[in-house]
Amino acid sequence: MTDTGLPASVAALRRVREDPHRLGHRPHDGREPVRGIGMGTTGPAHKRIIVGYGFWIFLLSDIVMFSCFFAAFAVQRDATAGGPKMADIVDLQRVAIETAALLLSSYTCMLSFAATNVRNLLLTQVFLFLTGLLGLVFVLLEAWEFIDLANRGITPQRSGMLTAFFGLVGLHGVHVTAGGLWLATMMAQVQVKGFRRHIVHRLICFNLFWHALDIVWIGIFTVVYLIGSLS
Amino acid sequence: MSNLESDPARFTATLDDREDHAPGDEPQEAAGHWVLNANIGLGFSVVLTVAAFALVIWPIVYGPAVAVALVVLAIAQMGVHLVFFLHITTGPDNTNNVLALAFGILVVFLMVVGSIWIMDHLSHNMMPMDQTMQMQR
Repeated sequence: MTDTGLPASVAALRRVREDPHRLGHRPHDGREPVRGIGMGTTGPAHKRIIVGYGFWIFLLSDIVMFSCFFAAFAVQRDATAGGPKMADIVDLQRVAIETAALLLSSYTCMLSFAATNVRNLLLTQVFLFLTGLLGLVFVLLEAWEFIDLANRGITPQRSGMLTAFFGLVGLHGVHVTAGGLWLATMMAQVQVKGFRRHIVHRLICFNLFWHALDIVWIGIFTVVYLIGSLS
Repeated sequence: MSNLESDPARFTATLDDREDHAPGDEPQEAAGHWVLNANIGLGFSVVLTVAAFALVIWPIVYGPAVAVALVVLAIAQMGVHLVFFLHITTGPDNTNNVLALAFGILVVFLMVVGSIWIMDHLSHNMMPMDQTMQMQR
């Protein structure tokens, strides 16, 4: 096994721990490089960093895709073709509950990772389960909203504005649903395999994904629902 | 995997202390550090979210300025999430993450502002629909 990623010595590790951000501007002793940090001549960074960073890049590209849907909605905002305006279809109370559910799920998701960090299996599972439950509440509320709108004859084909609306909000809903499925498989993996290194890597990625979904939702509830309800 | 040498979990505790960090990740700390971060992030987010909904429900701010205020609150909350939930910092261990984020924001900005700008101009230069119909006769 070549990728043990072990540092050169415990002393070097201690130096990193004492001043992790090098705020004292002291070098971490060039003669004794710490392996796995991806700097200097010590070879590639450790897998944990590469996995997280790669997933971060994916998330940013995902957000770029969302930005295209946001742009489409902004452009089509007034293209109602005589149909309902945004102000007619916003139910602020439901949006408030959806927002609360997603924000709290982001919070419990982070608590689960805190538990992962101290290798507490029970708390990790409990908080992951709560995260999934709140995510389910969010998805069900959104499905209810779409059904409600469809019953009133408000469907994507009615106008350009509604196409953009259902596209943007629906895309986010699909992401949350996929995230929920991922969460369920992560709970099973943690239960069966425990806190192995690659399982923890996947938990890091899942956390990033879930927080990114909440960031996109901030944009949606502000631009689509709150500003939409003004006019 | 009974062989200790090949057990990937063997060095986990040692390996968590790293100089460079992935987003959403930090060197192993007491759980209290994470919980504190989560609490601060949740606190700020709740305040900003409630403020955004309050602006819409009650006439607190001068009407035409509400949309701008909402956008400001949203950007502030995104910042809170980045700092407290995703752990993006300005430390040297985060340079790569911040650079990637900056590029992402640039692309998002170009996409959104560029689309609105161009389509708004097109829409202004369009002939009104009834005149278009007349010309087609």
